[in-house]
Amino acid sequence: MNPVMMLATARRVLDQLRHDPRSIALILVVPALLLTAVYFLFENETLPPGVPRTFDRVGLMMLAIFPFVVMFLVTSITMLRERTSGTLERLLTTPIHKADLLFGYAVAFSIMAALQSLVATAVAYWIFDLDIKGSPALVVMIAVINAVLGVALGLLCSAFARTEFQAVQFMPVVVVPQILLCGLFVARDRMNEVLESISNVLPLTFSVDALQEIAANAEATDRLWLDTGIMLAIVLGVLVLASLTLRRQTA
Amino acid sequence: MSHSAVAALAGPGGDVAVATKSLHVIRGKVPVLRGLDFAIPTGRITGLLGPSGSGKTTLMRAIVGVQKLGSGSVSVLGLPAGHPSLRHRVGYVTQSPSVYPDLTVEANVRYFGAMHRKRRNDAAEAIAAVGLEQQSRQKTADLSGGQLSRVSLACALVARPRLLVLDEPTVGLDPVLRADLWDRFRSMAEAGTTLLVSSHVMEEASHCGSLLLLREGTLLAQLTPAELSRRGHSTDLEKAFLHMIREAEGTATPEGAPTVDGTATAESGTTPERTVRS
Repeated sequence: MNPVMMLATARRVLDQLRHDPRSIALILVVPALLLTAVYFLFENETLPPGVPRTFDRVGLMMLAIFPFVVMFLVTSITMLRERTSGTLERLLTTPIHKADLLFGYAVAFSIMAALQSLVATAVAYWIFDLDIKGSPALVVMIAVINAVLGVALGLLCSAFARTEFQAVQFMPVVVVPQILLCGLFVARDRMNEVLESISNVLPLTFSVDALQEIAANAEATDRLWLDTGIMLAIVLGVLVLASLTLRRQTA
Repeated sequence: MSHSAVAALAGPGGDVAVATKSLHVIRGKVPVLRGLDFAIPTGRITGLLGPSGSGKTTLMRAIVGVQKLGSGSVSVLGLPAGHPSLRHRVGYVTQSPSVYPDLTVEANVRYFGAMHRKRRNDAAEAIAAVGLEQQSRQKTADLSGGQLSRVSLACALVARPRLLVLDEPTVGLDPVLRADLWDRFRSMAEAGTTLLVSSHVMEEASHCGSLLLLREGTLLAQLTPAELSRRGHSTDLEKAFLHMIREAEGTATPEGAPTVDGTATAESGTTPERTVRS
């Protein structure tokens, strides 16, 4: 690892993003708008006293899902371009270490993810009075880890796509099942055994679980830290797998 | 790093920049390089010439160390090709420009420079060397094809490599720029850099100190432009090369005879050979 090369890579990725206002809008503005839509969807629900609003549950989970989906999409396309344009092969003829490249990407998109979740969490918290017991800073932390998870999976999946069209095809395969089974639509303990056991090993499940811990407890719980640790381990594992797809020599 | 330090690192035979020993490369199931043995001297421009499909790009990839070898060996500056410590000393410019279109010229050159601990003024120097000072702050995507390939060249120059491998660097450039670039290559060689430049345009051979003539993955000859002209019985290097091919076929491999005209067909700069290998 060489911090100069890693930071140069992070800076280059952010510089590329700077020239693309539409992607910046996708990252920063769209999640806040979708969150607003979710709020107004449940605006007129009638609840017995003491029952939490649906927005408090769904809106909170959306805060974890947005960075994951957006960063997966942005990273897999950016990395695919790097692979097909020849810049990756060129980079790998220079002294850069694979880890510098991967962590450069991870750092750049984590910064964007942090900004994204600051905007989205602020909107949820201050405009729509999202009701959670724990600290919103922990929500932002989980959102950033989710974003890095999206980055790592995007880097990995880009190795198995030849075109941008094929890269987008990983959305329904890799991302949608995790959203369906993370507990957003049906609580995980009400799923049948097969679905629940699949759900148990999907990365997004742990972040939704972590957010529910934050929502229910004023102080950070052991379970929250366990979920966080597992997610970090998954991120690291996926990054290692992604680094195996970067080859300095090809046939 | 001083020149003497580099020579010392190169070890015995320090004046040989690249040497191959019975180099075979197979891509897919097709043998692309079929037993190459040659040595390239340091501080010279060596031209790699041959018709489209003769294995020029594959040979360059093998020298840079990104190509898996079938058998045989390639040594570069005294080390096996692709050795980690060569990554600071070998520069490679692919045929289709490999740069980031959504960055400015300066940002591209500075990024690749950062991989070699080079700074802003090194990048400015490399940009000036390819004559793109005016376009330095422009987005690379907005440049012309010829300018784009010069950005790609600047991204290699910024590292000040000891060995510079250039795949068809003059395709799509106008005659004035072409002459400028050859002047630059010459002065780099005089300063001690070794250059390996591929081309399918025989008239460029005259700029090179020595030539490797490649045909169907075998080395037809290694000679100087003057020797080529003498052995091919023509001052027109294109005709001389054709003559040598016909001569070689007359004695050795008659089955390839009808493709002689292949040397004259124009190879489009917009179809990168890289896509061919997939």
